[in-house]
Amino acid sequence: MPWQRWKERCIESAITVCGISSILLVALIFLFLLKEGLVLFRTVSLGDFLGGRHWYPISEPAQFGILPLILGSCWVTAGAVMLSVPIGIASALFVSEVATGWPKDVLKTGIELLAAIPSVVLGFVGLAVLAPFLKYTFHLSTGLTALTGSITLALMAIPTIVSITEDALTAVPRGYREAALALGATRWQFMWRVLLPAASSGILAATMLGIGRVIGETMAVMMVTGNAAVMPHTLLQPVRTMTATIAAEMGETVRGSEHYVALFAIGIVLFIISFMINMLADLFLHRERT
Amino acid sequence: MAHEPWRRALMIQRVAMVVLFLATFLVVLPAVIVIGLIFVRGAGAISWTFLTSMPTEGMRAGGIFPAIIGTLELVGLTSLCALPMGVAAAIYLTEYAADNQLTRLVRLAIVNLSGVPSVVYGLFGLGLFVIFCRFGTSLVAGSLTLAIMILPVIITASEEALRSVPKSFREVSLSLGASRWQTVRHAVLPFAVPGIMTGTILGISRAAGETAPILFTVAAFYLPRLPRSLFDQAMALPYHLYVISTQIPNIPVRQRYGTALVLLLLVLSLNLVAVILRARFRRKRQW
Repeated sequence: MPWQRWKERCIESAITVCGISSILLVALIFLFLLKEGLVLFRTVSLGDFLGGRHWYPISEPAQFGILPLILGSCWVTAGAVMLSVPIGIASALFVSEVATGWPKDVLKTGIELLAAIPSVVLGFVGLAVLAPFLKYTFHLSTGLTALTGSITLALMAIPTIVSITEDALTAVPRGYREAALALGATRWQFMWRVLLPAASSGILAATMLGIGRVIGETMAVMMVTGNAAVMPHTLLQPVRTMTATIAAEMGETVRGSEHYVALFAIGIVLFIISFMINMLADLFLHRERT
Repeated sequence: MAHEPWRRALMIQRVAMVVLFLATFLVVLPAVIVIGLIFVRGAGAISWTFLTSMPTEGMRAGGIFPAIIGTLELVGLTSLCALPMGVAAAIYLTEYAADNQLTRLVRLAIVNLSGVPSVVYGLFGLGLFVIFCRFGTSLVAGSLTLAIMILPVIITASEEALRSVPKSFREVSLSLGASRWQTVRHAVLPFAVPGIMTGTILGISRAAGETAPILFTVAAFYLPRLPRSLFDQAMALPYHLYVISTQIPNIPVRQRYGTALVLLLLVLSLNLVAVILRARFRRKRQW
């Protein structure tokens, strides 16, 4: 019997360690980014890093201004959000409120399929199909632009937005619907004036998580945005995002070099951004529950 | 005349429904186009030789065998690491954790872990496993990185599965004198297995398709042989697709579509298994 109890205590402490390991992992990730990245600020000031307009990591002297990369991420994200949020919310409404029976199942499966496609495959199709199409439509010199990235990334954000919005819509109490319809509202009036406002904080959370998805995306965006580290002015020019810079350049750096360290510093910026976005989304989700 | 506003409202409703339908169509259509395109253009490239031979002529010809094997090995190792840890964490959260600040912190950490950009996981894996632990660019480093990335998926799914087991199961077991762990082990866990499996498979399918975390931790640009040990580099399907579609000029298009099709088939079939499992479980559930 004591052996039994000893065994159980071992298992239970292992479970506890695994349980709180998530906290440890988040801390560990941040720690290692700091450990490798903070060295940069011995030679480059924070202002020059965040506000510098030139990213020339391998010229002499090297310049590590990530403003064009931040703006690149912002442009691509803004475009993707403008496309994916309205479409995502509308299709969540349609799937959860309008569609019934087998069409509903087909549509849900379609959206799940979209979520399952790996980002590198979407990037590949964006490169092979979407880029030539945009180049032809807008008479551009290259089809690899911020807009190409926005459209590709919108496709990746939409499943996230749809599923969280759907959850928010289903969480609205039944009584709201019955009251609105009993008062003579049409189904659309109910959806527009009752359902959407009632689910608004969940929808906001869905939007935040969609943004988080887009800003952290790497492969697709690296393949279709043209990767020019310049200050962007329109959606129809090549840009380079923070994520793509890390992924594209890390392979060519020497460990411990200034360039290597600078890429980790970009990682810190990305980590902080995603941290804030997730906190905000979580806040909205909890406000809804209480 | 009294019917006028009502008629107008119905008109607006009709227009709104059309708009909603079009939006949904805009979501499903690209999925169908992407998958259809890859199936149609990639099917011609698939052959026994393509699947089972080494790439040749700088990846312009030959097969993708090492990339397929590399991805399968990565996926296997990843689930070996992530599954026990994820399930244990979920058991902690549902069966042991008190409703206090620490638990709230754990939940926040999981939310954050699931939002960390994949390329940042890559940086982390490079810093911790490749350099600090001296694993080098290797299967171990890559699968540990991927395991941490899919951990939140597994935890969330397992938690949901464990919570769906009715409370009375636990009460009966405890009232018969079973210990807490015996209750979890024999009265709760067996009934949560299908849900846990579904979540795990979805996590694995994500790991199979991800590229950014393996860029600096395991992926070999061109390695026409199989990995010799856990500490060897490996090719992987998603990275191979990235390489042949952007890094090397003059690759036959069918080679690219063929690789994309194999990757897509792998990921979609994993998803299909998860969906079937979930559906069967729901139908069979008796409580």
